[in-house]
Amino acid sequence: MAMKFEKTGEGSYSLDVKGYVCPHPQLYTKSALMKMKAGDTLKLFFDNPSSGESIASMCDKEGDEILEQVSNGGAYVWTIRKA
Amino acid sequence: MDDAASKNRRWAFVVTGLFLAVSLGSFAVNELYIYLGAYLWFGFIYGMCLQYGRFCFSSAFRDLFAVGVPRMIVGIMIATVLFGLTASFLTATGVSLFHAAPSGIHCVIAGAVFGVGMVFSGGCASGSLYKAGEGNSIAALVVLSISVSQAVFVDAGGWLDKLVPASWHAAATARGLPASVTPGEGWVDQYLAGYVWDRPVVRFSGVLGLPNDSFPGAFVGNFLAGVLLPATALLLVVYVIWSRKGFLKKWKREGKSTGFKAELTGFWTMVMSSKRTAIAGLIIGVAAGLHMFVMKGLRLKFGIENAAEILKATGHDFGVTAVGTVYDPGYWYVTTQEAQWLGWVFNKLGWNNTHNIFFGLENGIPNPLFNLAGWMSISLVGGAAVMALLNNEFKWKKPTLELATWAVIGGSLMGIGARLGLGCNVGAFFVRTANGDASGWLFGLGMFGGAYVGVRFFKWWTERKMAKEMGSAAALQP
Repeated sequence: MAMKFEKTGEGSYSLDVKGYVCPHPQLYTKSALMKMKAGDTLKLFFDNPSSGESIASMCDKEGDEILEQVSNGGAYVWTIRKA
Repeated sequence: MDDAASKNRRWAFVVTGLFLAVSLGSFAVNELYIYLGAYLWFGFIYGMCLQYGRFCFSSAFRDLFAVGVPRMIVGIMIATVLFGLTASFLTATGVSLFHAAPSGIHCVIAGAVFGVGMVFSGGCASGSLYKAGEGNSIAALVVLSISVSQAVFVDAGGWLDKLVPASWHAAATARGLPASVTPGEGWVDQYLAGYVWDRPVVRFSGVLGLPNDSFPGAFVGNFLAGVLLPATALLLVVYVIWSRKGFLKKWKREGKSTGFKAELTGFWTMVMSSKRTAIAGLIIGVAAGLHMFVMKGLRLKFGIENAAEILKATGHDFGVTAVGTVYDPGYWYVTTQEAQWLGWVFNKLGWNNTHNIFFGLENGIPNPLFNLAGWMSISLVGGAAVMALLNNEFKWKKPTLELATWAVIGGSLMGIGARLGLGCNVGAFFVRTANGDASGWLFGLGMFGGAYVGVRFFKWWTERKMAKEMGSAAALQP
């Protein structure tokens, strides 16, 4: 399935990188966050566990806040607020 | 516990039970097969740790360049230092099975080819195995590509022979190798026998003028000078370039004053930034040393030097080399057994591939069921599957054409790089650096450069796709 990045509302975005393996999810997430403004939120859909570890470290380093982490049978939905 | 979780748990027990059945069943047939069991269960431990810590050597270099995340290089250095400590003890007490490799520019080139490949494919050789255990079919395709490319590359001649320098050819044919081996044919054969084997073996104990099999040689030379100091220096460089700025920014925001204490806290925070990875690194480091100790113990107990003796004793010695041995490293290795699996398949399909050095002289092509060291990789996949199932992270992932293309290209490059470097991220980098072999750091240097090139390409690729995706959404522009 193809990557999908869309604006879902005022200041909220969605990035779907399910099906992708490293390094794509973290690269797309970084790229998406760079396109957003401070305070905007990103709903991130992915299913590559190792990318989660890298994305969490990346958010911690940049000061972006992970508001919610939902995991369901190897699929993940994270909500990230850009610093 | 919900239905899916209890189903996953049941499958975890089934997979574990299968490996238990293989190890106990083979032992019941012949007690010598405890050797198979030892490889199998250490592979299982590696698989569990790799999956738990999301432990991938590709990620170590790639995530630094791609997203500025140092967690994996930290985990790998922890594992290397701990393995270095246990390996030094084994070396000093004379029970190490480690064989150092020739050092030279070829290690850097091999590492670079491997490094590009591991970024393209999304995982290193061991990382792809553990991800295959998570149900990731793309990773399985990477493993297959590594296997095929190696099995083909080690026997490739024809027009490739025309690229061989005359000096390599002359040196290779003058080796006096067994008659069944043809070192004057095939690019890899002439590369090995005509070039690599003449390169010097450099261990840090020797550089300091200390006997290798002594406590000063093993601990001061190989461990302190060859592992601890370079690993610490590498982590300091990583801290300064990728971690320090962000940490101090946060530190100042909290109203704390900067200074040595802040730097020390920053360094420690980087080391512990991913507890999972650090814990996995710790267990892998200890297990890798213990693995070598156990294999040596079994060799002493049964009075054997090589696993081929077990295969001969049990009547399964098809595919042993011209000198009556098979691949049996005695420690963690990944890619060679994958090449052997496909080498065996190709041979059964009629390809005469036993005249080359890799299969015919060094490793053999035993039946994969009786490839004792091969079980290390099979069980690595199993161990990772069990860990993923227990954590509800197992998920079948179908390949897309885009990812399958990268998997095949990346996997093939890793296979070629592994054969040029006489090992992969585990055999040529992790094991060698931990044992004070300079060739390991040279391979690592190449991987670093190769990963950088791979990441530059993927950054361009990602931006291009993002731009396409956003093309119609002007509101998304920054």
